[in-house]
Amino acid sequence: MLLIPCPYCGPREEVEFACGGEAHIARPANSDRLSDAQWSDYLFMRKNPKGVHYERWNHARGCRRWFNVARDTVTHRIYAVYKMGEAPPSVTP
Amino acid sequence: MKSRYSIFSLARNALHYHRDWDQAWRSPEPKAQYDVVIVGAGGHGLATAYYLAKEHGITNVAVLEKGWLGGGNTGRNTTVVRSNYLWDESAHLYEHSLKLWEGLSQDLNFNLMFSQRGLLALAHNQHELRELSRRVNAIRLNGIDSELMTVEQVKAFCPILDCSPGKRHPILGASLQRRGGTARHDAVAWGFARAADARGIDIIQNCEVTGFRMASGRVEGVETSRGFIGAGKVGVVVAGHASVLAGMAGLRLPIESHPLQALVTEPVKPVLHTVVMSSAVHVYVSQSDKGELVMGAGIDGYNSYAQRGSEPVVENLLNALIELFPIFSRLKLMRQWGGIVDVCPDASPIIGKTPVAGLYFNCGWGTGGFKATPGSGWVFAHTIAQDRPHRLNEAFTLERFGHGYLVDEHGAAGVAH
Ligand SMILES: Cc1cc2nc3c(=O)[nH]c(=O)nc-3n(C[C@H](O)[C@H](O)[C@H](O)COP(=O)(O)OP(=O)(O)OC[C@H]3O[C@@H](n4cnc5c(N)ncnc54)[C@H](O)[C@@H]3O)c2cc1C
Ligand SMILES: [Zn+2]
Repeated sequence: MLLIPCPYCGPREEVEFACGGEAHIARPANSDRLSDAQWSDYLFMRKNPKGVHYERWNHARGCRRWFNVARDTVTHRIYAVYKMGEAPPSVTP
Repeated sequence: MKSRYSIFSLARNALHYHRDWDQAWRSPEPKAQYDVVIVGAGGHGLATAYYLAKEHGITNVAVLEKGWLGGGNTGRNTTVVRSNYLWDESAHLYEHSLKLWEGLSQDLNFNLMFSQRGLLALAHNQHELRELSRRVNAIRLNGIDSELMTVEQVKAFCPILDCSPGKRHPILGASLQRRGGTARHDAVAWGFARAADARGIDIIQNCEVTGFRMASGRVEGVETSRGFIGAGKVGVVVAGHASVLAGMAGLRLPIESHPLQALVTEPVKPVLHTVVMSSAVHVYVSQSDKGELVMGAGIDGYNSYAQRGSEPVVENLLNALIELFPIFSRLKLMRQWGGIVDVCPDASPIIGKTPVAGLYFNCGWGTGGFKATPGSGWVFAHTIAQDRPHRLNEAFTLERFGHGYLVDEHGAAGVAH
């Protein structure tokens, strides 16, 4: 069970949250000029790292706000929690 | 030449206190070069190697495994086998696999304990019932057995299901695939390993692939924890680690790795003679020949490579089980575990070529690839041998995510098995 520190509410149990998958995927500005391959890369392709993953979480059964988490996908350790729009911090596992 | 397993060999070996059985497969040193290297000795990788030898006469093959064979999802799954998929592409692929299952114990000379005990999928509301009847009809149009049952028929077929009408999730009907069922997961890995080894294929365990050697867009071999191994072609079948291996070749996949958990109860006398699944309350359960109830549900919601999951998922699963079967409420749980499944956006596999010549990927089976083990190996062997997909897997390319022709099986595969 993860203990996730919501930047607005503090540490809460995993059951209060929903994971929104990989963070920092920006919709391409020039979508009308993208090739199928570029569009599919944006829509479907994912980093899925074995190690530190930058991902979005929603405190669905709490403050209902979105934020970002840097979490290790092998140890499940949470290295950093930061707000939407902020740049991903560099973490050294 | 290996001796055949039979009632006579069993009796003969019993006379020698079972001390003289042949080893089931060798543990050879890797050769410098193979025609084909398969990465991953799960059921799919071993089946691929077996069919490369059997169907295509390619025997200079190695299967490389970072741990022990069958130690991944093959040895962790809940063993449900069925072919009642909605879309034509999947129906044909999984039905091909089911047909192979039906003769597989004889073909491999290994008792896979394949048991066509039927698979009951429940509907709990009017919408689900209508959707289920649409599926049953679509599946029958593809020539696959499937029938719709009323709640009275469900009650008669599986009397321990709580079919009372006043429940929060009443059972309104079900679909039944009588040819569906279960098989012994370990035996599948062992049977394919033994049969592949008998045809001269090298199975090399404790050998982790750490990179690919490529020149002018073509694969030349793999870097491993036991040194470089040259290969004309490389087929990668590593389930939850697909993205990691793709990254080594500079490729991106539409896959995310998630834990999927399963658990078993203490063994009890035969009480459940079929597989029961419910997508609405979300559980599926069968009883193993040892008497344990084997059950599972959905994936944990976040990416993970940890082969373990979170406790709330188990709690939800058990709530669902007790909703359907109040009779199970006092059973003790014995073991719980997780495997890492390769989840694809359309809940369908990717089986085919990659932009690197001679490099093939077979992944994305997610929560439901055990049932496909023989079929997956069969079409992947064809794809590697002929350097083009078989008719059965040509819809399951990586390119489908570019041109948008997805095979959306979420309703059939994304939830239950
Ligand atoms: C809990 C659970 C329940 C499931 N229930 C069902 C079910 O009821 N019905 C169903 O049809 N499916 C089910 N599945 C899904 C099914 O188990 C998988 O889809 C299927 O087993 C995948 O087979 P595989 O051979 O590709 O994978 P695996 O058996 O996982 O084999 C992949 C192998 O690759 C190896 N590997 C990884 N990286 C490397 C490397 N770098 N070098 C060398 N080797 C490497 C791994 O060690 C592993 O042995 C379930 C899965 C889980 C986890
Ligand atoms: Zn909060």
